[in-house]
Amino acid sequence: MTHALILPILLPLITGAGLLLLYRLPFGVQRLAGLASTLGLVALGAWALVAAGGGEYRLYHAGDWPAPFGIVLILDRLGALMLALTALLGLACLLYASRGIDRRGAHFHALFQFQLAGLNGAFLTGDLFNLFVFFEVLLIASYALLLHGGGRARSRAGLHYVIINLVGSALFLIALGTLYGLTGTLNMADLALEVAAAPPGDAPLLAAASMVLLVVFGIKAAILPLLFWLPRAYSASSAPVAALFAIMTKVGVYAILRVFLLVFGLGEAPVNAAAWQWLWPLALATLALGGVGVLGSDSLRTLTAYLVIISVGTLFATLSLVTPATLAAALFYLVHSTGMAAAFFLLADLLGQQREEGYDRFSVEAPMGHRPLLGGLFFLAAIAAVGLPPFAGFVSKAWILQASVDEPRWLWLWGLLLAAALLTLIAVSRTGSRWFWRPGPIKTPRPLDRGGLAVVAALVALNGALSALGEPVMGYLALTADQLLAPEAYIAAMLPETPALALGVSP
Amino acid sequence: MELLYALTLGVLTTCGVYLLLRARTFTVILGLTLLSHAVNLYLFASGRLVAGAPAIVGLTEGAADPLPQALVLTAIVIGFAMTAFVVVLALKAAVELRNDHVDGENPDEDRL
Repeated sequence: MTHALILPILLPLITGAGLLLLYRLPFGVQRLAGLASTLGLVALGAWALVAAGGGEYRLYHAGDWPAPFGIVLILDRLGALMLALTALLGLACLLYASRGIDRRGAHFHALFQFQLAGLNGAFLTGDLFNLFVFFEVLLIASYALLLHGGGRARSRAGLHYVIINLVGSALFLIALGTLYGLTGTLNMADLALEVAAAPPGDAPLLAAASMVLLVVFGIKAAILPLLFWLPRAYSASSAPVAALFAIMTKVGVYAILRVFLLVFGLGEAPVNAAAWQWLWPLALATLALGGVGVLGSDSLRTLTAYLVIISVGTLFATLSLVTPATLAAALFYLVHSTGMAAAFFLLADLLGQQREEGYDRFSVEAPMGHRPLLGGLFFLAAIAAVGLPPFAGFVSKAWILQASVDEPRWLWLWGLLLAAALLTLIAVSRTGSRWFWRPGPIKTPRPLDRGGLAVVAALVALNGALSALGEPVMGYLALTADQLLAPEAYIAAMLPETPALALGVSP
Repeated sequence: MELLYALTLGVLTTCGVYLLLRARTFTVILGLTLLSHAVNLYLFASGRLVAGAPAIVGLTEGAADPLPQALVLTAIVIGFAMTAFVVVLALKAAVELRNDHVDGENPDEDRL
């Protein structure tokens, strides 16, 4: 298993490249190849969780070049968690897409695999420049996936999405150039040591580079001033693509955690203190805006896009408290919110197909087929998304509230988190009562997409299972948080020759 | 050399940002191109500017830092791919939306 660590990147990359070359293959074969590769990724994700669960770091030196000069992949608990989450989400989205949406444009399966390769690469790399490269891989796949199916709304949303991300990439490179110019390295562990030992004269430039990085990751994660591309882009794309995009904002969260806890978190006066100060009010404002957006949405997909924004606000507000407890609680919420956002995007498509007109818009009152079954599923999904028991949203939110109560600023978080949940509850119950309680006579009932229904039901059931398995999951996440807050071990694993570190970590 | 380099970067970035804010797809693409040129030059300069030093260790006494050149090469390739994608997307959007504004609708037109 020495090469297992590079497989999460290579497997989808090779499958995607093969699908691109063999595009004349029968469609069923392409589907099978995509599904087989994604199933392989699920297995690899499970392996990664076991391999990293013990707490030791696994490294893969590409071409056997040692760090900090070679390209190094590194797996820790957080990386394994993200790998497994991506694989499961990818499988659900691909299964749903295989119900027919993948036929609406060219090369869906190849692009999907490239997207997964980019995501997995971003979670595994131990080098900032490779993080940039994998970001670009996942972004260019996401640009094409966003446009999958075509149409005016997608072109319009795509322009904004592509342009803002290209500007983000330019900023990313500016930050990398500044960091390289100051320290002479881009390996994250090496960079952490160099930043901690940098002369005081370099501090303003380092702080500037860290803030530019915060803006870049903020664009990906969609935090307040940088989120206006998100509702339009997510609500315009096809359902499985939007569901897969639920993990894209989490890539920004992951990158912020990695960079600001590891690279800028060492030394007497860590550079990252300013970042947490900025994140706190911005996250609260994001949360408030998400709540208002949910209430003001005009379609179920827009509502779900604002649910994503609420989850980003909640995550950053909790993370910026930087204690082991809040970090672990936030990671639980990350898993829950990613799954539920995906379920809701798929559900919006499922419900939209059954309505006679208006697709998923609230302003149109249209009869809907199969109301008892779909209504029941919507009820369960809505409860899970709002965070009511017995689903994982309740566990994660209760944990966030409990973990933050010792903080002096807890009242803000409690107030906004609960207010946003209330607004979400109002919005989804309004939707539910409008769609399911005001029936008109249905003229031509359409056949129910049972496969799609099963995928959504499985996502909701997984959320319930996450809640039932709360204790072991919490244990794993608490260990993950401890590992994140002790980056010395990461550095020692990456650079074994470095003498024992005497650097303290302060949040 | 440093002054000239810094001035070039400044002019390129300024023009790039100005063109980006014009909000027409053609100027936005030009702006993105200028911006990515500026970024590539900036990356290149992060290994310090030296004249007459090849980036191969062992060929001369003072070799230039090869890593920024590798970074720039990667960044250029990615930049080209992305620019090509935006050009195609802008064409598609212009045909579908009958408009070259990045919002997809002309703000000067009367919206009735």
